[in-house]
Amino acid sequence: MGVAQSIIQQEKDKTKAIAAQLIQLSQKNGATQAAASLLVNQGFDITVRMGDVETLTYHNSKAIGLSVYFGQKKATVSGTASDEQALKEMVEKACFIARHTQEDSCHGLADAALMASDIPDLDLYHPWDITPEQAINAAIAAEKQALMIDPRIKQSEGLDMASVQSCAVYANSHGFIGQKFATRHSHSCTLIAEQDNHMERDYDYSVARDPDDLLSIDRIANNAARKTIERLSPRKLTTCRVPVIFAARVAGGLINHFLSAISGDNLYKKSSFLLDQLNQVVFAPHITIDERPHLLKGLRSSAYDSEGVATKERAIVANGVLRHYLLNSYSARKLDQQTTANAGGARNVFISHSDHDLAALIKKMDKGLLVTDLMGQGISILTGDYSRGASGFWIEHGEIQYPVTELTIAANLKAMFANLVDVANDIDDNGNIHTGSILLESMTVAAG
Amino acid sequence: MINDLLKQAEHTLLEPAELSASKLQKVLDTMMARDIDQADLYFQQSSSESWRLDDGIIKSGSYNSSRGVGARIISGEKTGFAYSDELILPQIEQSIQAAKRIARYGGSDNAQQLHYLFGHQLYAGDNPLKTVDDSDKIALMRQIEKAAYGLDPRVKRVTVALSAEHDVVLVAASDGTLAADIRPLVRLDVMVIVEENNRREQGYYGGGGRFDYSFFQQSDRASRYAQAAVREALIKLDAKPAPAGVMPVVLGPGWPAVLLHEAIGHGLEADFNRKGSSVFTNRIGERIASPLCTIVDDGSLPNRRGSLNIDDEGVPTQCTTLVEEGILKTYMQDKHNARLMKATPTGNGRRESYAHLPMPRMTNTYMLAGPHNPEEIIASVEKGLYAVNFSGGQVDITNGKFVFSASEAYLIEKGKVTQPVKGATLIGDGAEVLRKISMVGDDLKLDKGVGTCGKQGQSVPVGVGQPTLLVDELIVGGTETGE
Repeated sequence: MGVAQSIIQQEKDKTKAIAAQLIQLSQKNGATQAAASLLVNQGFDITVRMGDVETLTYHNSKAIGLSVYFGQKKATVSGTASDEQALKEMVEKACFIARHTQEDSCHGLADAALMASDIPDLDLYHPWDITPEQAINAAIAAEKQALMIDPRIKQSEGLDMASVQSCAVYANSHGFIGQKFATRHSHSCTLIAEQDNHMERDYDYSVARDPDDLLSIDRIANNAARKTIERLSPRKLTTCRVPVIFAARVAGGLINHFLSAISGDNLYKKSSFLLDQLNQVVFAPHITIDERPHLLKGLRSSAYDSEGVATKERAIVANGVLRHYLLNSYSARKLDQQTTANAGGARNVFISHSDHDLAALIKKMDKGLLVTDLMGQGISILTGDYSRGASGFWIEHGEIQYPVTELTIAANLKAMFANLVDVANDIDDNGNIHTGSILLESMTVAAG
Repeated sequence: MINDLLKQAEHTLLEPAELSASKLQKVLDTMMARDIDQADLYFQQSSSESWRLDDGIIKSGSYNSSRGVGARIISGEKTGFAYSDELILPQIEQSIQAAKRIARYGGSDNAQQLHYLFGHQLYAGDNPLKTVDDSDKIALMRQIEKAAYGLDPRVKRVTVALSAEHDVVLVAASDGTLAADIRPLVRLDVMVIVEENNRREQGYYGGGGRFDYSFFQQSDRASRYAQAAVREALIKLDAKPAPAGVMPVVLGPGWPAVLLHEAIGHGLEADFNRKGSSVFTNRIGERIASPLCTIVDDGSLPNRRGSLNIDDEGVPTQCTTLVEEGILKTYMQDKHNARLMKATPTGNGRRESYAHLPMPRMTNTYMLAGPHNPEEIIASVEKGLYAVNFSGGQVDITNGKFVFSASEAYLIEKGKVTQPVKGATLIGDGAEVLRKISMVGDDLKLDKGVGTCGKQGQSVPVGVGQPTLLVDELIVGGTETGE
């Protein structure tokens, strides 16, 4: 059961045929428009802990989605079964529900003229020729080495290696049909260290389309060991108002709140703190945020969005000014605008940065808090109120002094973005948002 | 009734695969070998629907149907797992062969003779997607919407969501377990946005459990849901930013027990303790909470969201005392961890679906009532926070730090509840916080049935509960430093 066996040969024709059949059947049942999607995932993941394999999981999943429109009434149905009978039932169920919903003048597929016609190869498919046994052996060796780095590292909580191939199809009754083959591989390691009867845990990971672009499992395990040791013997702070750096691995989350606030669904519902801000200053003037959906090997790359609309490379924020909302066809109609090809969100987002590293950013801050981990959900996109649990390091005299824990950081997102001081060049490329560490002017730190 | 349950599950899950209980016995034999300690198959068919009324329009209805089988093989501490979304024997056999790669030896061995294992009868097995007409579901949503808009002119937007699941599961395991469950689950959510002088705030209220939609149609429940959501939003319009710093915190009854779930619940799940990664590892018999605290996990409460007739390994759920008068009594176990820790399964083996591995999870976790009157508790606080509703929490089980966010909170000044505050996040240490509980109310309440717990990427429905509590000091993370 080699995983590198190509998903392309197995699924190329089958998935397209199912999508086409769903649309045809929907139209036969009276639907005026229809859209179908399929996602097939195949692969494996392994976890190694304390010298032996802990789990070996094979993935082989299929998800099928169908949206039907009766005029401007809509229903969505999803399932896993793809036999003739199941597909027929899906269509019938969708058509039945659609008749029970109400007309909404904004419902419908995106306009036919906007469908992507030129679909470039974005280099997303790089199968990994590795067996689970090879992955297990590599992880066991990496763990052994990491556990020897420092006697305070008591155990690993697991080293994971995963490799998944996917085939995704989207088709609609405009005649659009898109098919994407992609791979996604990852390494991760979580370690536990102990000192004075107190345990701390930290991690590192790497994700890539191409196994050659992954940081090796040895390197990941090493990084995790270093980070875990650094967290030992944390202190508490007293309540204060200080500058805060979001380390690159958590800075993407901050930018995600911004993307959420400019997404069409929150805008038309008026549940965003960034209403009516198009062409207004929302960030400090040195900040530009680009979306690069055509990035080769990008984790979110696609020539078309989840409604088939051709995606474009462009600036969301230019020199601090908001240039684009993130709209799909529904929210665009609600707002009386055009879709921005963001059905499914923004794709491969890059934050402009300075040319200095995290150490220089810390020096620039001089005194304050470096946040490396966040906890909890205290974020309101409606009001911008932000209050979360945090841990990290206390900075004084431009240098890391000691780890700190059990504190919260709070401020309003609007002010946090407007007063964003600087971005370092330590870019984290493991997610959709590519950003370095971010220095903010000030936040309230509660501790005790 | 119980036999009907098995028959229904066999009809839904086994017949399409041309399987029967006796054929399953042979399939289980093929899963066993010399070094295999445990093997099981989990069959599941699940259907769900959701309806949404937003801004005056029944937006769109959605429906999901999924089915599949998960095959798990355990050898010592090693687990092999594969799943298939096709209920046919060749696919199941392929999954078994893949999962079996974890074992060192090939061949087969005899599984125990399958015996049907009786679970509880905590809820009716009727399909909640079907017991109420679609037109009545829509009428219910309309009724709530109308009530919410009618309550106050500042209400600018109302969203009502109604959803239901119907889950049929069958477990067959090498230890002879054959068990089935049919699980209904419904919920109703009401969200409102209010606006005054250009300030907007949102309010939320929801509820649910293992029954059908008729629950929401009873008495004046619909209008009470609308009232509660509008009330929370209007209170926030008057709320000031929360204070920052250490202070006494009074937690209201019911849902604020998210604190228990985060602060100690996860840390008492057996997997973390077997691996030694929890702050509570090797601490059974020790005092971890004030003597006022007795905390249980009970999956056998009728109709509750976190309840199950059997867990996902076929073990009947039970009421497990985790902490008794402050002393740590036991961990929550699934079969795998119980075997390795030489303990007894507690009916806490749960999984999100056939495509996920089971692990120890909470069901309904709550603290029993104590001696104090709630008013007396508030009156005892000179200056502090009164938190009555929360939007969720998170914990790091290794260092014990937990955090949760208050969605409705007030200042307590000179023993009286005064100014509403917003944006309060509470952070504490799970190993310490329960020692700081100095008063426990006599007003135990369970939550309304909307909790979902996430662990290692798997979501399962859970419940929590507690009486009013006083925590002597907790860090409150607002923006107001009082400088």
